[in-house]
Amino acid sequence: MADSGLYVHVPFCASKCPYCAFASCTRLGHLAPAWRDAVLAEARRRAGSFGTFDTLYLGGGTPGLLDDDLLASLVTGLRRALPFARDVESTIEANPADVTRDRASAWRAMGLDRVSLGVQSFDDDDLRFLGRRHAASQAAAALQALRGAGFTNVGIDLIYGLPGQTLATWRDTLDRALSFGPAHLSCYGLTVEPRTPLARSVHAGRVVMPDESRFEAFFLETSRRLAASGYVHYEVSNFALGPRSASRHNDKYWHHVPYLGLGPSAHSFDGARRWWNVRGVEPWLRRLGQGGLPTAATERPTAEQHRLEVLAVGFRTSSGVGLPILRATPGWQAILDAQVADGRLEVADGRAVPTVRGLLVADALARAFA
Amino acid sequence: MAERRNFSIIAHIDHGKSTLADRLIQHSGIIADRNFRDQILDGLDLERERGITIKSQSINLPYTSKDGREFELNLIDTPGHVDFTYEVSRALASCEGVLLLVDATQGVQAQTLANLYLAMEHDLEIIPVINKIDLPSADIDMARMQIERDLGLDGANALLVSGKQGTGVEELLEAIVERIPPPTGEVGDPLQALIFDAHYDAFRGAVAAVRLFSGEIKAGDLMRPMAIGKAYKVEEVGVFRIVREPRPILRAGDVGYIIAGIKSVADTRVGDTITMDNNPAPIALHGFRESKPVVFSSLYPVASDDYENLADSLERYKLNDASLVYTKDSSAALGQGFRCGFLGLLHLEIVQERLEREFDQSLILTAPSVIYKFTMEDGRALEVDNPAHYPDPAAIRGGEEPYIRASILTPDRYMGAIMKLCLERRGVNSEIAYPSPGRMDIKFDLPLAEVIFDFYDRLKSITQGYGSFDYEMLEYRKGDLVKLDILVNGEKVDALSMIVHKDRARARALNACERLKEEIPRQQYKVAIQGAIGGTIIARETITAFRKDVTAKCYGGDISRKRKLLEKQKAGKKRMKMVGDIEIPQSAFIAVLKTSDDE
Repeated sequence: MADSGLYVHVPFCASKCPYCAFASCTRLGHLAPAWRDAVLAEARRRAGSFGTFDTLYLGGGTPGLLDDDLLASLVTGLRRALPFARDVESTIEANPADVTRDRASAWRAMGLDRVSLGVQSFDDDDLRFLGRRHAASQAAAALQALRGAGFTNVGIDLIYGLPGQTLATWRDTLDRALSFGPAHLSCYGLTVEPRTPLARSVHAGRVVMPDESRFEAFFLETSRRLAASGYVHYEVSNFALGPRSASRHNDKYWHHVPYLGLGPSAHSFDGARRWWNVRGVEPWLRRLGQGGLPTAATERPTAEQHRLEVLAVGFRTSSGVGLPILRATPGWQAILDAQVADGRLEVADGRAVPTVRGLLVADALARAFA
Repeated sequence: MAERRNFSIIAHIDHGKSTLADRLIQHSGIIADRNFRDQILDGLDLERERGITIKSQSINLPYTSKDGREFELNLIDTPGHVDFTYEVSRALASCEGVLLLVDATQGVQAQTLANLYLAMEHDLEIIPVINKIDLPSADIDMARMQIERDLGLDGANALLVSGKQGTGVEELLEAIVERIPPPTGEVGDPLQALIFDAHYDAFRGAVAAVRLFSGEIKAGDLMRPMAIGKAYKVEEVGVFRIVREPRPILRAGDVGYIIAGIKSVADTRVGDTITMDNNPAPIALHGFRESKPVVFSSLYPVASDDYENLADSLERYKLNDASLVYTKDSSAALGQGFRCGFLGLLHLEIVQERLEREFDQSLILTAPSVIYKFTMEDGRALEVDNPAHYPDPAAIRGGEEPYIRASILTPDRYMGAIMKLCLERRGVNSEIAYPSPGRMDIKFDLPLAEVIFDFYDRLKSITQGYGSFDYEMLEYRKGDLVKLDILVNGEKVDALSMIVHKDRARARALNACERLKEEIPRQQYKVAIQGAIGGTIIARETITAFRKDVTAKCYGGDISRKRKLLEKQKAGKKRMKMVGDIEIPQSAFIAVLKTSDDE
């Protein structure tokens, strides 16, 4: 059995980005020490369901906002509370505005060896539209600081499909990112999440999102350009410089390996059961403070539900879905043949693997076999 | 022995019939307040949701009058829709009087009139009742005036009630016992019991609701429904007090029920007369009529392997609804199914909804059709109720379709919109009357086929709910009838075919293409939707292919959310029909039966 993953949700942000639907808050920073203590308490209470962990992922929110002492005590506390493998991938998500050479060195000293940097764009107009706190020049400085501090495993997050963005300006952003030689790139198409300020702007007609054919052009261009630079398009929005550079942690979500999520709104999977925590920081703190668990709901997927999960997630990745899973679908062979003929799937080593065009319609592929 | 009074309440839809019935039932005390729920007589979920009565029901209410006499009042609740005019007429035939309910805020409406005429045909004592007097917009004088002018009744005699608040209920009960005559009929004569409703009980079989006109009946008797000719041994007789209450005997003048181990309501037909096997009445009560379907549509299971299941469900459903007729049907697009005949469009919707709810069926129904008549070049006459049987057009000499006489009562401000609607629907012979100031009675001859195609909903919508509608059947008239086919990516979807008048073919084809474009989800390919007569395309829409169908981000381990979405979509697929490579949702088959609001 593969080692488990550990995710810690840091629910604090300096400001809220208009497109973001994650659980985070901007006014509760004073709760950070209480939050740290509660994360450690939750870790101790939940440890029993998992074996050893070989990833630690500090996500959010904005983990890079946490001050060094608090972060160090959190990481040390987790190591004490939970069993870790010898080789652990330890990632922190950070915003360029929060990265300095000193801070990067401090993270290294804590044993963090991977940074996922929320660059989003190297174009200042894009960054303003996205409501980010940093300018393109700060992103470059942050990447240099990380390199200087000895981080070799750096991931860059980018967003495309912005209103007004052209393929040319997106190529510039991609090329700037490539010039730093990141081990990993996440390129997300901007998605209008319900109940966000962006959704309201789109609804009111103040913002016009690019249509599907433009989105398709961005997607295909991204895949092509990164492939030419040696990156493997291993998930809808994720690219790795060679197989060893894929996010070991995120891979667990996609391949049904157990992961423990700590913190408000975090999701967990112990190999049989899935559960998720309450979303609000304060309710989450209260539940742990009362000596209980902050679980919002638990479920134990049935065999059929497991099959659907494999379909829902598998066609998003370059490893695809094993044929035995597809065989449970009535008429599966005809469906598969049609998708292969249309260039959306390929069959290799007993698996149905999406092509780049297939990744673009991964949800439809899952539906076809559901 | 308590005296009897048998009466019914007739009203236009929404004029408060069920609520008033609730008050009468509560007043009788036969049901404890804590067990009471609103619209207690509307037992079907469907009735309560839609606020309409579908089945006739009776209820036996004990009442002591102010002068101390004991009564049993039999209230017979009637359906409130033109589809069930025959059922209403049988219920009224079982009464000596009616309460004619008029909404104080809306006045006399089309069904008020239609029901009044029915009541007059049966020579019933009519008590006008003005309801909803508690509402701020109540206009009692207007209602009185309309009762006099539109209905020709004595408005001064009308009772004022509020079913909602219970005001005037005492006075109403007194009027019922004072003004409605007692039933006549000799206990000593041979049994004549009119069946005015029947329902199916899973444990007891058919339960016939009856009014005895002569004779008596008790458990152990050998009785015989005269139209059926089979004899049954009576197991139980009694009255309805929400639940069945057995009685030792029912006598002439009584309203109650008979249980006799009958397997299906097909043997207890509404309108039939029950008599004694060994001492039969010489003739049946007047007015029995086989119910004749006027609207036809095919039902198909969404999943083809559910066919046996649907067959079984229809058989069980039919136990409770003798007016539904069906035979096997098959379609290239939809597989095996059933051609069904209905009393009208509401009846069709009711059957569909009840099959889906009570029998858990997922159904696709095809465009409703009337019975068309064709004369062929070789002189043969054909009756066609299914577009699949539309004959070779080269061999047709002429076609005919059924017409109705529509009566629409409306505030006069909607006249223009109604005229436009009726003319679009090929209405002729219009006649306009002004029964009272500001109100119009518009009459039109309309092809029935145009009425079953979304006419009533359109009328409601253009008159903002104020227009009311009723109709009677007329004769067949000549029409140039063609078959309109719908093609999806070049493939004919036979279940979407319809027989239409040539003048309306293009409008209907465009409407169908537009509706389908809205309902068929975008696919991985471009989809063409076309309307065609013979080989000629007369309408077309295109659904563009989707370019992208994936969410950018898989939220930090929230696999459950993705799976739940997929589970929902998987369930939705069961309601999809594959036509060639195209998934057509069940809703699309229904949507083509409606027009858009901006027609």
